Amino acid sequence: MNEQLTHMTKQVTSGKLTRREFMGKAAALGVSAAMASTIFADAARAAGPKKGGDLKFGLQGGESTNSLDPATYASSVPFQNGKQFGDQLVEVAPDGSIEPRLAESVEGSADAKVWTFKLRQGVEFHNGKTMTSEDVLKTMQRHSNEDSKSGALGIMKGIESMKADGDNFQVTLSEGNADLPYLMADYHLIIQPDGGMDNPGAGIGTGPYKVEVDEPGVRHLYTKFENHWNPDFGNFDSVEVIVINDATARTAALQSGQVHAINRVEPKVADLLGRAPNLTVHSTAGRGHYVFIMHCDTAPFDQNELRLALKHAINRQELVDKVLRGYGTIGNDMPINAAYPLFDGSIPQREFSLEKAAEHYKKSGHDGSPIILRVADGAFPGAVDAAALFQQTAAQAGIPLEIKREPNDGYWSEVWNVQPFCASYWGGRPVQDQMYSTAYLSTADWNDTRFKVPAFDEMLFQARAELDNDKRKNIYSQMGQMIRDEGGLICPMFNDFIEGVSNQLAGWESDPTQEMMNGNMSRKMWFA
Amino acid sequence: MHPIVKLVSQRIALGILLLLGASALIFGLTEALPGDAAQAVLGQSATPESLANLREEMGLNRPALTRYFEWLGGILQGDLGQSLTNKLDIAESIGKRLGNTLFLACAAAVVSVPLAIFLGLLAVRFRNRWPDKLISAITLTTVSIPEFLIGYVVIYFVSVKLGWFSSLAMINESMSFGQKLNAIALPAFVLTLVVLAQMMRMTRAAILNLMQSAYIETAELKGLSNFQVIARHAFPNAISPIVNVVMLNLAYLVVGVVVVEVVFVYPGMGQYLVDSVTKRDVPVVLACGVVFAAVYIGLNMVADIVSILANPRLRHPK
Repeated sequence: MNEQLTHMTKQVTSGKLTRREFMGKAAALGVSAAMASTIFADAARAAGPKKGGDLKFGLQGGESTNSLDPATYASSVPFQNGKQFGDQLVEVAPDGSIEPRLAESVEGSADAKVWTFKLRQGVEFHNGKTMTSEDVLKTMQRHSNEDSKSGALGIMKGIESMKADGDNFQVTLSEGNADLPYLMADYHLIIQPDGGMDNPGAGIGTGPYKVEVDEPGVRHLYTKFENHWNPDFGNFDSVEVIVINDATARTAALQSGQVHAINRVEPKVADLLGRAPNLTVHSTAGRGHYVFIMHCDTAPFDQNELRLALKHAINRQELVDKVLRGYGTIGNDMPINAAYPLFDGSIPQREFSLEKAAEHYKKSGHDGSPIILRVADGAFPGAVDAAALFQQTAAQAGIPLEIKREPNDGYWSEVWNVQPFCASYWGGRPVQDQMYSTAYLSTADWNDTRFKVPAFDEMLFQARAELDNDKRKNIYSQMGQMIRDEGGLICPMFNDFIEGVSNQLAGWESDPTQEMMNGNMSRKMWFA
Repeated sequence: MHPIVKLVSQRIALGILLLLGASALIFGLTEALPGDAAQAVLGQSATPESLANLREEMGLNRPALTRYFEWLGGILQGDLGQSLTNKLDIAESIGKRLGNTLFLACAAAVVSVPLAIFLGLLAVRFRNRWPDKLISAITLTTVSIPEFLIGYVVIYFVSVKLGWFSSLAMINESMSFGQKLNAIALPAFVLTLVVLAQMMRMTRAAILNLMQSAYIETAELKGLSNFQVIARHAFPNAISPIVNVVMLNLAYLVVGVVVVEVVFVYPGMGQYLVDSVTKRDVPVVLACGVVFAAVYIGLNMVADIVSILANPRLRHPK
């Protein structure tokens, strides 16, 4: 970098040069626009957050049928909405640790059965009320009581009792769980006045932005809430979430500067989009995985030899290259990857091997009739192509796969968790315990591989109550290998979150928990 | 009673019966789809427990006939009810969406209908010469290309490369009329291209058909200019088929533009209906369906009445 450029960078850092001026001067020095833009973004980050501006998101995953009621959140736009107007007790930090939000601190008893959340004082709701431990208690009750329809109901099951006690909120579990704070970081568990018992869809929370316009499936407008408990959160005057479900329309909106950030950039256009000078494509390795699932209790998948044959017959690298265009990593037939805390990296990678596949297939004694694999692109983007590639390699090993294409509409109610062999998607969970208890515990509602092994359940409970991390890691490693070698999961790949962000924004952090910095872009970023 | 009044009242009565039939059909078909609103809302995160609770809350446990007649009772009193999924008032949501849809349809119609008729007349005037062939070639090309592709091409050049218009046709109440027009410029342009061809070709064909008649020859012989012959003598007699095709295209502009809405992120009725079908939100599907059916029936009625008024033989039946 020459002297003049260094000087200009310093000016940016001290706030004396705007982006427009910097770009102009850099061009005069013969610096390419893309290069200048990157230098500017770095310099602006060093300058620290600035307040003001209207942030606009263009997001996939919103429908006219969405509600602001946190219990109903199941797609991207409602998830982002909750992050604008609400706060949970705690949040999962980008490094996987627990970050305080409405709770100042969390403390667990020695047996990890009783957890006490010390609540932040003087936190104000958008309706002017001050948050009390009663509000917290009522919120948790609404998500866990008998007539709850909350998406968080599954994770609230182990709770025996809850109580509000002055400034504290206390949870007692039936079994010890060292990961309870992670459960309380779930994005459904937004604290609402009176727990949202009276009007949960009103969008009243404690978040840094308050609801201004709520037009489901069209747009959601938020303005800055001046009395937020943390003045560092929320640098923008307003945040607008615009629903753009069409991928091409979304990229066009970002390119023409009508929105500042978009989610779900299609892998096939990500490289091209990244070449545009005014924006950056961020690819974040997450915990989501694209899978094919077999019911371990239904013929012919009740034969572990057949399951192993299919696991060996899939070419993982080819799928990552062709379906994800390299924006992802290969899986190892277990739902856990390096993005999880306490992951054991020494578990051997399952390799693509036609010989082994053929060998296991022979041992299984399968009669050679076609094995039906049900897919729809709604299962995960590119599922139909992935199934076709799988079919090709399986055929080379002598395994006859028959692809049955299902409609996207109704896939999650009619095919997934119903049919014995189908394509599916898991978004991942913040910790291993939660992932395993959601989908691999014998009694789990979403045990979509019908994996019912008492020894596995026992290890899960043992790890849950274990506070020594080395011992836990060891147990988790054994559990992972058990699923890898005996389970009904074929996990060829973990997908990255691919997002396009305008270079006018500074403060990007990679966060593996959920897409778009785990919904924290509007809290942590700013206009450079 | 005047025959026209009688005809109109007959048509309206028939239209209401048709609407009833349409609503029953829509209800039956939505019920026949696999899954229900509770399952669709909870999706992959459904547990048997939360499903049962949500069904109870949405009232899906009651028999289908009861729910249909409750809805019918409500609509007869002008109450469209509440959405199952987000509890918002349907009348209010539809009101906004329908307003938007009509606004876009009107803008496209105001441009496309006169343009199509004018181009049709022009094509007849210069039939089989280069203006006729050029007009036909262009309009037939634009109608043959899928509308989303035209949309993407327009977005790429006009919005991304030139930056003249926004690719997001978002409109809301706080915008002035001019701003709204500016916002919908691109989708209205694409829709115009889509509906132009059929109306233009129909105008051309209907008038050409008449140009063989004896009275046209008379008009030519008494020395009227070519264009005057077409506009004064041929066009009035061709109104009936032209109005029919114009109304068909207007109906399309209202009920069939979901693809254009998606491409330009326009908050119209189409997307609302599609989302509601996906989520099995039966009251909203019914409400949208009835509105769409009413538009179709209404426009067809207008076409019939105009045909009768334009034709003295039908106007004064013996």
